[in-house]
Amino acid sequence: MICGDPSGTEYATDGCGGWSEEMEARGVVAGGAGLHPPHEATTVRLRDDELLLTDGPFAETKEQIGGFVLIDCADLDEAIEIASKHPAAGYGTIEIRPVLEPPV
Amino acid sequence: MTLEDIYRQEWGQVVATLIRVTGDWELAEECAQEAFAAALQRWPVDGVPDRPGAWLTTTARNRAVDWLRREAVGAAKLRQVAALEHDQDPPYDVPDDRLRLMFTCCHPALAMEARVALTLRTLAGLSTAEIARAFLVPETTMSKRLTRAKQKIQHAHIPYRVPPAHLLPQRTPAVLAVLYLLFNEGYSDVVRSNLSGEAIRLARLLVQLMPSEPEAGGLLALMLLHDARRDTRLADDGALITLDEQDRSRWDHGQIKEGVDLLDSALDRGAPGPYQIQAAIAACHATARTAGDTDWPQVAALYARLPQTPVVTLNRAVAIGMADGPAVGLRLVQELAEGPLAGYHLLPATRADFLRRLERWPDAKTAYEEALELATTDAERLYLQKRLREVSVRS
Repeated sequence: MICGDPSGTEYATDGCGGWSEEMEARGVVAGGAGLHPPHEATTVRLRDDELLLTDGPFAETKEQIGGFVLIDCADLDEAIEIASKHPAAGYGTIEIRPVLEPPV
Repeated sequence: MTLEDIYRQEWGQVVATLIRVTGDWELAEECAQEAFAAALQRWPVDGVPDRPGAWLTTTARNRAVDWLRREAVGAAKLRQVAALEHDQDPPYDVPDDRLRLMFTCCHPALAMEARVALTLRTLAGLSTAEIARAFLVPETTMSKRLTRAKQKIQHAHIPYRVPPAHLLPQRTPAVLAVLYLLFNEGYSDVVRSNLSGEAIRLARLLVQLMPSEPEAGGLLALMLLHDARRDTRLADDGALITLDEQDRSRWDHGQIKEGVDLLDSALDRGAPGPYQIQAAIAACHATARTAGDTDWPQVAALYARLPQTPVVTLNRAVAIGMADGPAVGLRLVQELAEGPLAGYHLLPATRADFLRRLERWPDAKTAYEEALELATTDAERLYLQKRLREVSVRS
């Protein structure tokens, strides 16, 4: 997990100074991505068959990130549908964050 | 028709179409703005074109092509420009465009305040400054809110579409909720009454675009029925006038008839939802010739069919009390005292009203005093003070 405060967005397009290439050459990178800031997140919960959406990241700091999945889909509606089918949506919270597009 | 009228009528359509053809919300708004500025210069000289909406859309689209051509660097952008240029005469009145825009602005992945602001800006054409004033925040705050919402739509890929049928049951209520919130913001505050007008205009549009959705008709009926009483709700001194004491001859009876007719045709579809039921309650009040003629058993039965939120429960208790007598009403309201309504000014105000009807003056006085402490607006405080004086004289 890569963390930082909001000022980190300044560096979002800086690239990784050869880190990615080096690590990929070593064969240690299985996947990953930069993310858009938390205020562009959408949080998905499923409770009693009701789909609950929230704008923004999950709020409670005691929540812990238990894993992540990189998905490639058409739009946010499809991402929500995929997230709502994950069992963790029923007891925990799934936060959807758009991935930064690689600079053209 | 003045340019102002044309602006209000066409803005949403122009922006909605431009978002569809360019996929860029900021650009769509800017080009729409430029098209209206061009109209302001040209029309007084050349005359208003036969189809002003088509003229504005074509002008805005041409601005977008110019801008994209200047900015285009990558091959993908150039293809986008080429596609736009070939699409010489874009259909400007695709009815789905404004509905697309409405559903996208009201997407549940956006915060409620962002949905409301976006709807007012992109569909209704209010300026950022006007929206900021309406919600009592600095213009920079509102501007940031709008920018962030548009960025989220773009980055998170919120689709620009009317949701497919299987999503409509969960997504239509989100649109209705935004319009109703907008209406209530304007209805609860005389200064911001223009918001209710915008909400009614947008609800009319929604009814036109979704003719088979009875809750859209129900919502518009509800707004019209409330709004018909707008001018009779306050006394000259600014004090609230309760429903039973409003001058019914000054209600807008044409608007009441329109609301009732809309409600009837919505109910004919046989799928009553919360907005149709609330409109039916409003119709019971709006069509009673005098306060005494109100069909309270019917009002109580309708409240029983709504989701039982604390406020609905209170209103239902009032209706039962009006039907079965103040002693029954008082008992029901007292039962609510321990619940989630504790601290809500309408609870002691309602209790005070039943106590007054029971002529229990000292108890009524205490309850009015309690309500006065909790009241949130000057209109309510003035009304409660008036009542307090009445019961104090008698106790």
